[in-house]
Amino acid sequence: MSAVPGANPGATSGAAPGAPRSGVTRSGVTRAEYCVIACAEAWRGDGEVLASPMGLIPSIGARLARRTFSPDLLLTDGEALLIGPDGTPEGWLPYRQHLALVTGGRRHVMMGASQIDRFGNQNISCVGDWERPTRQLLGVRGGPVNTLNNPVSYWVPRHSARVFVPKVDMIGGVGYDSAAAAGPTATRFHRIPRVVSNLGVFDFATGDRSMRLASLHPGVTVEEVAAATGFELTVPDDVPYTREPSPAELRSIREDLDPKGLRDREVKG
Amino acid sequence: MGDKTMTADEAVSRLESGMTLGIGGWGSRRKPMALVRALLRSTITDLTVVSYGGPDVGMLAAAGRIRKLVAPFATLDSIPLEPHFRAARESGSLELMEIDEAMFMWGLRAAANRLPFLPVRAGIGSDVMRVNPGLRTVTSPYEDESTGGYETFVAMPALRLDAALVHVNRADRAGNGRYLGPDPYFDDLFCEAARTAYVSCERIVDTAELTKAAPPQTLLIKRLNVSGVVEAPGGAHFTSCAPDHDRDEAFQRLYASMPWPEFAGRFLAGDEQAYRTAVEAWHEEQT
Repeated sequence: MSAVPGANPGATSGAAPGAPRSGVTRSGVTRAEYCVIACAEAWRGDGEVLASPMGLIPSIGARLARRTFSPDLLLTDGEALLIGPDGTPEGWLPYRQHLALVTGGRRHVMMGASQIDRFGNQNISCVGDWERPTRQLLGVRGGPVNTLNNPVSYWVPRHSARVFVPKVDMIGGVGYDSAAAAGPTATRFHRIPRVVSNLGVFDFATGDRSMRLASLHPGVTVEEVAAATGFELTVPDDVPYTREPSPAELRSIREDLDPKGLRDREVKG
Repeated sequence: MGDKTMTADEAVSRLESGMTLGIGGWGSRRKPMALVRALLRSTITDLTVVSYGGPDVGMLAAAGRIRKLVAPFATLDSIPLEPHFRAARESGSLELMEIDEAMFMWGLRAAANRLPFLPVRAGIGSDVMRVNPGLRTVTSPYEDESTGGYETFVAMPALRLDAALVHVNRADRAGNGRYLGPDPYFDDLFCEAARTAYVSCERIVDTAELTKAAPPQTLLIKRLNVSGVVEAPGGAHFTSCAPDHDRDEAFQRLYASMPWPEFAGRFLAGDEQAYRTAVEAWHEEQT
């Protein structure tokens, strides 16, 4: 494993070698659309579980996954109703039942992260010293219960060294090192399948469960990712590009799921 | 059945400084804002507030009434960060027990069930344990069949409340309350966890009307848990109270952007009627 200039696109995707370095590739697919695909892939193979996307692009991704390769996923309206693929309510999920469902484990959430570190510890609580933060954010919310009970992926729309930090200021979402240190109660159901950013996809498929570059969005280089990451990432010899959307997926994103193009406001290019 | 109807000011007059106060709703959703405004008119202070925090927390913090907050978050939902909660935290003026959403629920459940704690997996391995050094763990007395080990959990302490304040869509004079929106939130649990509970509602109706044509499961609050009933139309304003009224997004944006002294001076100087009049006047200026 070493840092390789550029990425080898031949590994798993059909991305054109030498794709232009701007956000839009030769195929006309935007960066936001690659992000949608990368988020959707988080729920592949999950079966009949609740998909809980937080943020716009994860929401488009989860709905895309359900219409294509993960048809049994459950999704809510963002409040208390479970909504079927055709928009018809199919069930009730108020907060109290949602919290019970979390602990039952049949859920895969994609949360945001104001900070995330090398082992997947996540912070949306505050920046600086917890006793007197320089910047108070939301609070831990459901990070602790989510990470100890069901798979938790993360979405970062603006990849930077301020987000990808060596150590988070307040651990809400539990990372692999923290879970291991806390013992079997913490590790038993703990899993962080992936982190998706505007630059690429990351996972923890390494010996020490530290973060690894899993794929680059077409147009992004390894150097760009390294420069925007505040810790040393594991970079495989061959880094694939995030896969291309199929024509049907692209049509679905553009015409049905996000016809107004709101995704381009979350991720430019 | 006794008539428990009273005004918001009468309800607040039964509260005292230093109390632990649970506030129902969630974020900027169905918060008992008319009761919070009555609290702001009173001199009650030094409160421990237990809340899935929204503008209830923000306003009480801005007015300097909170000594300690127990919460998993504070948010305005459509505006992610609560400005006055942020300011209070960043100035160091607020003691905080920051816990996870599920820990919070189990703390209320423990109190409602008169248990000292309930075991929860959430919290282990996170900094919730670091910033709450008083939190203890508890080890299962039962061997885990799959691992042969004994799991250790957070012993989430009961969140016992001196009083709870909640807002529902309908109630009768005895304190039976019904919600009409999609989510009950945790308002029944707040009432069960509290020694006394005050329920405000959009409209007081006869018991027969309250239960007529109502799916029984929407009858959220039982009178045996309720000490006072306050009729407060628009009493959740500016938070949402579906289906009676949506969140007043424009006014919430004003709340989030206006300096607190100016906001309080313009909207909170008088009684609830004065508040409503001032809000209407502001909306008219905007058109």
